[in-house]
Amino acid sequence: MNTGRKDHAGLADIFNEDEARVDWHDETLWFVRAKRDKAAHTLPEWEALRENASQIKDNVLSNLHDYLLEFEAKAQQNGITVHWAADAEEHNQIVHSILKAQNVTRIVKSKSMLTEECHLNEHLQKNGIEVIDTDLGERIVQLAEEPPSHIVLPCIHKKKEEIGELFHEHLGTPKGESDPQFLTAAARVHLREKFLTRKAAITGVNFAVAETGEFVVCTNEGNADMGAHLSDVHIACMGIEKIIPKRKHLAVFLRLLARSATGQPITTYSSHFNKPRAGQEMHLVLVDNGRTKQLGRADFRNSLKCIRCGACMNTCPVYRRSGGHSYHTAIAGPIGSILAPNLDMKEYADLPFASTLCGSCTNVCPVKINIHEQLYKWRQVIVKEGYADTGKTIAMKAMDFTLSHPSLYKTAGKAGRWVMKNAPFMVNNKLNAWYKQRDMPEPPKQSFSEWYKKNNNE
Amino acid sequence: MNSRAQILSRIKEHQPELTSLPADLTAPLQYADPVAMFSTVLGNIGGTAVPVSSYEEIQDYIKTHFADQKRIISTLPELAEVTEAGWEGQDPHNYEDIDIALIKAHFGVAENAALWVTEELMQQRVVPFICQQLAVVVQRKDIYSNMHEAYGKVADSVYGFGTFIAGPSKTADIEQSLVLGAHGPKNMTVFIMESR
Repeated sequence: MNTGRKDHAGLADIFNEDEARVDWHDETLWFVRAKRDKAAHTLPEWEALRENASQIKDNVLSNLHDYLLEFEAKAQQNGITVHWAADAEEHNQIVHSILKAQNVTRIVKSKSMLTEECHLNEHLQKNGIEVIDTDLGERIVQLAEEPPSHIVLPCIHKKKEEIGELFHEHLGTPKGESDPQFLTAAARVHLREKFLTRKAAITGVNFAVAETGEFVVCTNEGNADMGAHLSDVHIACMGIEKIIPKRKHLAVFLRLLARSATGQPITTYSSHFNKPRAGQEMHLVLVDNGRTKQLGRADFRNSLKCIRCGACMNTCPVYRRSGGHSYHTAIAGPIGSILAPNLDMKEYADLPFASTLCGSCTNVCPVKINIHEQLYKWRQVIVKEGYADTGKTIAMKAMDFTLSHPSLYKTAGKAGRWVMKNAPFMVNNKLNAWYKQRDMPEPPKQSFSEWYKKNNNE
Repeated sequence: MNSRAQILSRIKEHQPELTSLPADLTAPLQYADPVAMFSTVLGNIGGTAVPVSSYEEIQDYIKTHFADQKRIISTLPELAEVTEAGWEGQDPHNYEDIDIALIKAHFGVAENAALWVTEELMQQRVVPFICQQLAVVVQRKDIYSNMHEAYGKVADSVYGFGTFIAGPSKTADIEQSLVLGAHGPKNMTVFIMESR
């Protein structure tokens, strides 16, 4: 690839320089995955719930046009102003124009991966508007001038000592203080002042109900509610795929979401916004930004069923050992790797290859997205479209040629075994990506077909 | 073509053939004793369940446990004696220094210890979030096993704002260490009222 920045493998290399940190990162996320399993196993109907959720989402995608119209009409009846944005740029402009009309220059924002995807903060800051992220993890990465590395746990890559240092610098906590309880209390005081003084609040949306026109925002911290209920203007931003048909379907999704994400039985707050508060303005921005395109890709449209729980990241052996930033996109991990190439196939051509295709992501996905199959399919599309990196393309072509010529395959196998036995330095070197972090195995004495010929007593 | 029309027409062009909605889940998990389950789960997520049989008992509890708290407000007329008078109808920012808010919930859910509260039970939407401690009264008979039953009760009721609250505000964003009291209440007491 020639994009002037490192690809997933290159960025993962940087993350892997500190082996102890990689182990810690790996274990922390596996701990979250284990909590997910425990929570899932408390419900005998877990698999039926997943199937139900998957079918509801299939129905949503097959009837999205009508559901969006139904939702819009109901939301407008409820007094919510509905906006439509074709892409990230239009989304950012809409948000900016609402704030500008109110002369607002300082806002609070709760977690919204959509606004990360659209780079809303940068846009608003360029236009003189200060944005304070209020989710603790997001505030931490904002102070560190980094993007979130995980959609549910934004600063999972950071050690408490580093957070203590950031808080010392920005919030004036004592130097060397790194106790999570103490730091959280400091952030509480710091952010409470922001909630009380900002006139506008932006939130994301977890689910929007076509039947009623309401939208649901889930948090543990209560930051979305603090922002929204103290604001004169509440702007909620959502991707068009967040629609669900009926209110009763929230039961299915709320049972799955937090259990899949963190192993909690439900998030602390699942807030249903139906109408603005008396005297408040409530806006909702419906964003496409590539989603209608993905809807048209039969092999990849299932990715639009995602409810952003992050379970696929916590379970992924590659994510856990490469870190969220190695994916260089707003949504990291397995699901991000099938969403990103839709937006820019060239820029994100490396991501579908950042997987072992072990299928664990598919097994934990609460809406049964066939994530690993889609990763595999993206690889084929990317190579066919000519976006794979040169080394990979040559290797694949050589492999294709060898595998389709049996005699060549036999000779190559023999040669390979001879080289590994007699000249191991030929493969145990930096040019061989398989050699990194491991020794090549001892070569077998014979191939399977040689063994079979010898041992076949028929 | 404006963005709305453009998005809708692209969806129409790209959406797959209509599939039907699945039937509702049959026989979701039922607990033999939903109240016991509710109390256990609430304890696990950092809250405290307190069984009571009268409002006088709640008043006594407030007098003993919250004696040192300055601003105690309530939306329940039954608790007027031990709570501040005339706090209602102000700008939401004025509730910033509330120590304890006592409100009522429509019902509770055993599987996750969530309580369903709508706007009219809060007086101001911000109340259950901005207070330092939250206490909620729920009738024992109104605790259901699971979320499907819960939405069956919500049904098509009309509200401007409604929320499920499960335990105190919390975060584990710093190295997965659980801390209660992120932005909202630092603890939560649920009074489970025996119906008489």
